Amino acid sequence: MARMLGAEMFFETLIHEGVDVIFGLPGGYVLKVYDVMPKYGEAIKHVLSRHEQGATHMADGYARASGRPGVVLCTSGPAATNTVTGIATAQMDSSPVVVFTGQVPTPYLGSDAFQEADHIGITRPCTKHNSLVRRTRELPRAIKEAFHIATTGRPGPVLVDMPKDVLIGEDELEIPNEISLRGYKPTIRGNIAQIKRAVEIIMTAKRPVVFGGGGLIWSGATPELIELVHRLRIPVALTLMGLGAYPANDPYFMSMLGMHGSYKANMAVHESDVIISIGARFDDRATGGNFPKFAPNAKIVHIDIDPSTIDKNIRVHCPIVGDAKHVLRQMLEFIPKDLNIDRREWFGKIDEWGRQHPLLPKENSDKIMTSHLIDMLSNITNGDAIIVSDVGQHQMWVAQFYKFNRPRTHITSGGLGTMGFGFPAAMGAKFARPDEMVICVAGDGSFQMNMQELATAVENKMDLKIVLINNEHHGMVRQWQTMFFNKNYSASHFDVMPDFVKLAEAFGAKGLRAKRPEELEATLKEGLYSDGVVLMEIVVDYEEMVYPMIAPGGAMNEMILEDIEREMIVESVDMA
Amino acid sequence: MRHTISILVDNEPGVLARIAGLFSARGFNIESLCVGETLDPTTSRITLVTSGDDWIIEQIIKRFNNMINVIKVQDLSELTHVEREMVLVRMEATPETRPEILRTADIFRAKVIDVGPRSYMLELTGDRDKITAFLEILRPMGIKEIARTGSVALAREIQNNKRR
Repeated sequence: MARMLGAEMFFETLIHEGVDVIFGLPGGYVLKVYDVMPKYGEAIKHVLSRHEQGATHMADGYARASGRPGVVLCTSGPAATNTVTGIATAQMDSSPVVVFTGQVPTPYLGSDAFQEADHIGITRPCTKHNSLVRRTRELPRAIKEAFHIATTGRPGPVLVDMPKDVLIGEDELEIPNEISLRGYKPTIRGNIAQIKRAVEIIMTAKRPVVFGGGGLIWSGATPELIELVHRLRIPVALTLMGLGAYPANDPYFMSMLGMHGSYKANMAVHESDVIISIGARFDDRATGGNFPKFAPNAKIVHIDIDPSTIDKNIRVHCPIVGDAKHVLRQMLEFIPKDLNIDRREWFGKIDEWGRQHPLLPKENSDKIMTSHLIDMLSNITNGDAIIVSDVGQHQMWVAQFYKFNRPRTHITSGGLGTMGFGFPAAMGAKFARPDEMVICVAGDGSFQMNMQELATAVENKMDLKIVLINNEHHGMVRQWQTMFFNKNYSASHFDVMPDFVKLAEAFGAKGLRAKRPEELEATLKEGLYSDGVVLMEIVVDYEEMVYPMIAPGGAMNEMILEDIEREMIVESVDMA
Repeated sequence: MRHTISILVDNEPGVLARIAGLFSARGFNIESLCVGETLDPTTSRITLVTSGDDWIIEQIIKRFNNMINVIKVQDLSELTHVEREMVLVRMEATPETRPEILRTADIFRAKVIDVGPRSYMLELTGDRDKITAFLEILRPMGIKEIARTGSVALAREIQNNKRR
């Protein structure tokens, strides 16, 4: 066995894990790692972010676009605390991110040494797991365990804390072949009796609906889902995190459900007699949040790899714990291929809901409407780009109007709703899939939260497009103030705004701007088909609101469809 | 309802904080918490007493099961089990109260473990009710201080299947 430094073991183990890029920022207690880094430069690319939060979102975007774990490296104290928002974001959306933090030498632990923070304590509630390495010899196993935990079962972020003396210490490199943890054995295959029961429930359904979530994407269950849906002729609605798991151009697709879901998807869920939920956790944004009123006549089959999501918000009739892909395969064995189920009545109803309140982009001859812009973007790119949206109104318009046809083409911060996620995550996605067109759709508010990463994008000569929606407001905040706070527009307007075109140019990127509807198409086309980092600032109508909407705490059949109806709900809403 | 949950965990630093953190994050209350090494020094047994409706308890147990360092979780309230606490009591002891304190200790089968010019220290193990009763009886005689553990518990070998 070769003797080597802890810092060298770090790279050897990462290479063993197949890591090809890490996102990071150097600092005191990880300098040894940076010192040996040039030796490993061929195998592992280091992307120097400008802020650790940016690095963590990049790793997250990389993980979501590729399905492989994203890796972060940074120093202790402030660097580690900067990653917390990124870690919590990854945790809420089950993204496998592995964060390595430098730490003060073990003899100094707990002494309030320079740049010391309790990383394990701070990140305990927002990681799937974390660990502090105490000896150089234990480093490879800790790293291997971190990757194992992050990528198996329900994926999630894992943090490994590496004290300086562990990194500069020397020992023999021993990378374990396999990891087996007593307390961690995720269930992959579903229970056969439960699967038979589920199939029985589904086969007798008159008005079934698939309620699909992000778990479909993490497990790669799209082909099995399409097979199941086509055999049984079941309409499909997806959560925000599920978009892309089922092709938007397929006739069985009803678009997104939930707070800003389509009227027909929400009505279909509400009126269904059987819901087949796959890899979705029934969170309040997907269900409207009024759990007792949720789908009152439906039997619920819930497929999820995480047993703790079952019965958490909604009472489930038939739970199946397991990986979505495996469970769907198991189910397909019990479903004949040549079924000829007549669902004309059910689809007739769904079509009727679709006709009553279609999801249509708005157009205006004076001002650019964001919904129209997203629709245009979808058409120009033929629904084929990877769209990374930030958080806010534009995020919802992307979800409503961009036609996602493939998994891992829609990337957004769903669970935590992290503004500032989009741009660095888009960079991570581009590193993961350099051959794809990656477009970040950001709001002016969100973009200003991590715009320093423009430097990183330019430095890495990325081919990355940013569509920056400028409405001079925190748009979603303004919408809620309009609807629920008597139009008291407190602190939602930006009195000072940077010149985003000049800002892009200051960082060495290309900047374009469209203010008028007639400039929109040309600007988008010029921006999307120019090389390098291009920021397209699109000045839009700040008064446009995202509809339809379920007010918080509402039921799925209680949608607010248009502006006129908003007055009446002001008083009925008392929670966020 | 009151639940006694037995959790077998890896004997590693920080595991107890993970268990306790789950309660604080969700606003659940812990009535008592006891930890000690098992026969296998790489594992510890945590005995945790909490109360809540079935849904809360189910959530808590599922969350425990999700933790990487948790090996096994058992809700002992669903089983016939033995539960014990221990208390140390320092009693104010005057020539007048000494005999009565000793008599009470004898009735409860408590042990005198320290004797001083002004005090006795008593030790008692038993279930929660017994310890509470013991303290109630002693209180008028002048308790100076107490240290009371939480519950430790194990399932009985013979299950009477009453609750299952």
